[in-house]
Amino acid sequence: MRKGLRFLAVGVAAFGLVGLFPAAAQDDVFRVAAVSPSATNDLAFSQSMFDALTMLDEEMGDAFEFTFQEGTFVVDDAAVALRDWASSGEYDLVIAHGSQYGSVVEELAAEFPEVAFAWGTDVNTFDLPNVSAYTVAAEQGGYINGALAAMLSESGNIGVIGPIEVGDAKLYVDGFVSGVNATDPDATVNVTYIQSFGDVPLATEAATAFVSNGADVLSGTAQMVVGPIGVALEDGLWWFGTQSSQAELAAESGVSFQVYRWDVVLRDLIADIQEGTLGGESYVLTLENGGIEMEVSEFTGLDEETLATVEDTIASLTEGIISGDIVPLPSAEATPEATPAS
Amino acid sequence: MNILEVLGSIFTASVAAATLRLATPYLFAAIGETFAQRSGLLNLGVDGIMLMGAFSAFYAVLMTGNLLVGLAAAMIIGGLMGLAMAFISVTLKAQQGISGIGLYLFGLGMSELLFQTLVGTPKSIQGFPPIYIPGLSDIQFLGIGRIFFSQNILVYLAFLSVPVSAFIFNRTNFGLKIRAVGQNPAAADAMDVSVTRVRYATQIIGGVMAGVAGASLSIALLDVFQQNLTGGMGFIAVALVYFGRWKPLGVMLGALLFSFVNALQLQISAVGIQIPPEFSTMAPYVITIIALVFAGKQSERPTALTVPFQRGE
Repeated sequence: MRKGLRFLAVGVAAFGLVGLFPAAAQDDVFRVAAVSPSATNDLAFSQSMFDALTMLDEEMGDAFEFTFQEGTFVVDDAAVALRDWASSGEYDLVIAHGSQYGSVVEELAAEFPEVAFAWGTDVNTFDLPNVSAYTVAAEQGGYINGALAAMLSESGNIGVIGPIEVGDAKLYVDGFVSGVNATDPDATVNVTYIQSFGDVPLATEAATAFVSNGADVLSGTAQMVVGPIGVALEDGLWWFGTQSSQAELAAESGVSFQVYRWDVVLRDLIADIQEGTLGGESYVLTLENGGIEMEVSEFTGLDEETLATVEDTIASLTEGIISGDIVPLPSAEATPEATPAS
Repeated sequence: MNILEVLGSIFTASVAAATLRLATPYLFAAIGETFAQRSGLLNLGVDGIMLMGAFSAFYAVLMTGNLLVGLAAAMIIGGLMGLAMAFISVTLKAQQGISGIGLYLFGLGMSELLFQTLVGTPKSIQGFPPIYIPGLSDIQFLGIGRIFFSQNILVYLAFLSVPVSAFIFNRTNFGLKIRAVGQNPAAADAMDVSVTRVRYATQIIGGVMAGVAGASLSIALLDVFQQNLTGGMGFIAVALVYFGRWKPLGVMLGALLFSFVNALQLQISAVGIQIPPEFSTMAPYVITIIALVFAGKQSERPTALTVPFQRGE
């Protein structure tokens, strides 16, 4: 009996020690775990990260694995998953894909200094050596989409549906408005923030209200845009999107989409971590580093001549933004620049 | 622009038409929940049933292209979930609030899982088109034709459910039994009214209507499905039953008020009038609460609401 108790005590102690000191991943497989607030097929923010991880998985084969916890809009739910992953010691990189997760990342990163964390969209690494931050200069693609919208609008009336006036959604919308104004100062561009990322019925009615007031071009950001896209399709309006490609859903209404290529950030992050740098750096997706891609819809209903003009415009505006000749937003309102690890 | 022009640009026929569209899912769900609550059952799982109804209707239409099949699928799934809720709350006498939340979480998770597994990514379908009532949809005066006679079939049915349900409650034997069971189940039982049967029936009716409420989103108003499409509309529907003091007309007025303020704030943004978005978003809730406060204190709350019936107690 006493021997049994001794074994039990040793077992409990060993189990406790394992829990206290998470084992580092011991093989050559790079393992990533990520949480995101919405579904991986939202045609928007979460899908953009899921697509990037899937792309790396295909590229790196057996040397890469990832697990993805979607739909954790509630921060406490995400915190449970993040803590689990951090304490397991099985992951080389833990990603909190959502700006609402900042405080959780700050707390966990301090508690698990040997685990590499990344979060976004933000540029704050909390001065912790194991935290990387990432964001996107969404105003760049927003500017290009806005310029194209002004070019295609016949009524000079354009509507934009946003979720909440924060983060990359605000940058996109502000960039879009700036692009419209720079191209056609007489055009009217109205913005409705519906104060929700997922309220499809309200977003749909917001789009319908724009149509009723004469808008012939729509744009929007976040996962609730599936509703406004339907309105654009039904009423024969042009649609401009962001975050992920919405070409298939928008069909002939779709014109161009700003696509986030998080794989650009992830490649850098993986290389740094493999070299022993767990964090301390912030990354920004831009047109220049290939983190932002402007995709012209393959299903668009534009005629060939207009399509060629659209493609030329995208090319020239991209060049202008990269060279600095075009500044989508004043620096105070634009995305902060990336910062290297100190 | 003077004040009259501003008001003219805000209070338009399109706002009124949007009000009717926005009110439709609330009406179906809240009228169905009125049946359940009048018999003494509270179902907080309405939103979960709506989600399952929305998905089943969407998927059936995606597969068959037949809108009536989609509507039938939503009604069947909604009815089955109502039946499950009735079994839990009537037969098992479980705590209704908690079991309702359980049903909601089931609907939320299951509709998401099925969508991911069977569909994968948001797709659009051809939903119920507007029906232009001959002779009436052309009325230009105040946009009446556009507002009232150019909607899709489910919008008409939602508003038709108000007088129909009022008639059932006030003019039929079944309605009398529902009210009796909700007010005093022991007395109803003594009069040979089967409390169990009535409560099963009202819960199934509530489930069917919540299923149709979901379908009204996915195959009539939005023509698309996405995870958590309802975004908590079912909970607002439950609140509207209280707002309407358990009367179909009151429920309809509540749904219209809430939807009107929502439509109005969207129109204000659409015409470029700048007001803080946070203010406009909270306005429907604040105004509805204020209206509730001033709606009168006389409550017609079913006295047996949430109380399981046990013969002899």
